[in-house]
Amino acid sequence: MARYADLSIPEDGKLVDNITHFARALRRAGLPIGPGRVRLAIEAVAAAGFARKPDFYWTLHAVFVNRPEERQVFNQIFRLYWRDPRYLEHMMSLMLPAIRNVAEEKAAESAAKRAAEALLDGAQAPEPPQSGDDSDNTEIQIDASQTASADERLRHLDFEQMSTQEMADAKRMLARLHLPVRPLKTRRLRPSPTGRRPDWRASMRAALRHGGEMTRIYRRAPATRWPALIVLCDISGSMSQYSRMVLHFVHAVANRRGQGWSKVHAFTFGTRLTNITHHLRSRDVDAALNAAGAQAQDWQGGTRIGACLRAFNVDWSRRVLGQGAVVLLISDGLDRDDPALLGHEMQRLHLSSRRLIWLNPLLRWDAFAPRARGVRAMLPHVDSFRAGHNVASLDALARAISDTDDHGEKARLMAMLND
Amino acid sequence: MSEELSSIDRVQTLLRAHAYVADRALSTVVYLALKLQRPVFLEGEPGTGKTEIARTLATALGRRLIRLQCYEGLDASSAVYEWNFAAQMLAIRAAQATGDAQAIKDTLFGPEFLIERPLLEAMRPQPGGAPVLLIDEIDRTDEPFEAFLLEALSDYQVTIPELGTIKATEAPIVILTSNRTREVHDALKRRCLYHWVDYPAFQRELDILTARAPEASATLSREIVAFVQRLRSEDLFKKPGVAETIDWAKCLLALDVVELSPEVIADTLGAILKYQDDIARLQGLEASRILDEARQSLAPS
Repeated sequence: MARYADLSIPEDGKLVDNITHFARALRRAGLPIGPGRVRLAIEAVAAAGFARKPDFYWTLHAVFVNRPEERQVFNQIFRLYWRDPRYLEHMMSLMLPAIRNVAEEKAAESAAKRAAEALLDGAQAPEPPQSGDDSDNTEIQIDASQTASADERLRHLDFEQMSTQEMADAKRMLARLHLPVRPLKTRRLRPSPTGRRPDWRASMRAALRHGGEMTRIYRRAPATRWPALIVLCDISGSMSQYSRMVLHFVHAVANRRGQGWSKVHAFTFGTRLTNITHHLRSRDVDAALNAAGAQAQDWQGGTRIGACLRAFNVDWSRRVLGQGAVVLLISDGLDRDDPALLGHEMQRLHLSSRRLIWLNPLLRWDAFAPRARGVRAMLPHVDSFRAGHNVASLDALARAISDTDDHGEKARLMAMLND
Repeated sequence: MSEELSSIDRVQTLLRAHAYVADRALSTVVYLALKLQRPVFLEGEPGTGKTEIARTLATALGRRLIRLQCYEGLDASSAVYEWNFAAQMLAIRAAQATGDAQAIKDTLFGPEFLIERPLLEAMRPQPGGAPVLLIDEIDRTDEPFEAFLLEALSDYQVTIPELGTIKATEAPIVILTSNRTREVHDALKRRCLYHWVDYPAFQRELDILTARAPEASATLSREIVAFVQRLRSEDLFKKPGVAETIDWAKCLLALDVVELSPEVIADTLGAILKYQDDIARLQGLEASRILDEARQSLAPS
């Protein structure tokens, strides 16, 4: 390896510099590498030597890579960098400002849009009604009653029939809804006065304080923890309006602290499955949903529910459903694929989740019957089947989610299915 | 560090001598771990030999293997130490009866009443050198325990309020494994050398099988490995690991099979596939198709 000849003397600092620069390149590519890692890398290379390129590669790999998905990035940057360090530096310096500008512009754009909207709203807001000489009291009363009835109407208005203004109001209502959930018992113990297991450690400590006289037995009971919520949201053409609203709701749930759920994972599917969980962490709901939409890229495409559920079952279910998760499936169940596959994957999803709740906007019609092949295949494998087409229905979901006896409309529709 | 591990090649040879076929990447990581005294974090699909490397290392180096199997709810008292409270209580009562209060006071929180659990044991000097500490399936614990491990793994010490901090005189060789059922926190990974254990390529898997099940004939071994390798490219819910390959080979040997056939495969499918869906898919024609393809891939060589 002739090109490493000049690297072989650590004392001249060149190797150290090179590793440091290499680490910087990796960091720019998104790998989380701190100074501690760089030091470890230098130590490791000094320990392993660099007589052979594969050893050098695997040494740096062991130090810098932390996740399987980082291997690809590492591999590419390694090849680029150790061919000619300056080349990559050059490329990075050429590219980075461009990337940074785009990112900044994007952020500014979204912020500017909202600022403009806010300003416009202010400008176009109707003048406060001239109330003449009426007393303040009466005016407030009338106003309040109107708001209440408007809210009530909005609660029951179908998402699809809403105007932009109503949509915005509904989003605000959704953001206030809760999804309360019951905690799960774990094997971890915590002190509890009514617990069934004696806590010898605590009892002894207390006894020692009284000169070895045990005055009271302390007790422990299983600690509780919150389950995770997994949202699988259909974003195909027929669903797009609903899924946007439901995702607004999910965003609110994911970002409310102290409301139960340990984690909220969200996936969208249409023609393929997309994990949008990290977009939900964005505080700004519009930015989050835009980012999610950009990643999903199949908004309003066709639907392949079976294949997408399969993708979820194979790639994700063991990773996110492990700890007693509740699954919320939002779909109209109109699938063009093989119903056998769909039924099969639904069954697997059902078996690996604690509770599987299906929200279907089509259920808003009284005449809804499980006629579509997709619906017939999916229905037997859910715990609860509910409507999800307006604010009121999502509110009802909030009340039903931790009620294990709640089956929604499942029994009624199953009866129709069996007829 | 002992003489036999002074280079990556030697690590590889030593592991090989104990029937563990490690590729260059894994040998490098193990070598670095020994040299820099850092824990190794091994991640990968189940059955790719993550736990086995710890066992092999312990045997090869003549060290003791201390295993901490993780589970949800694992806490300090079952991982590090626990006081034998019942014995302490008895001792106090006995001391009260004999009036020997001072003596009991000195020994109450001493080694006599300390129950050591894996982490503390691993910090203790062991005959033959520092032990191999295997922290298995770290992804099964909860996050508080992961955080707890940080002290133990970065400074090789544990703190017991009554006794003070116990520091390992010689750092144990630590191997953590994860099946990646969930993401382990970066803070823990940062203290370790990371390696993703992948399914082996054909030749390496054949080497592993030959090392592990030497009684299988060369032809059968090749067929088995080709079939399993081909099977992994199928759309399965759970792909078979190397452990399954070895199990299957042993299973076939027990049945005196000399050559794979669709019937034999159908009878023994449970040894390689662990999900009913996958087994159902592989019944009948599917199995013979894959077998044919596997045989074709063997033909030219």
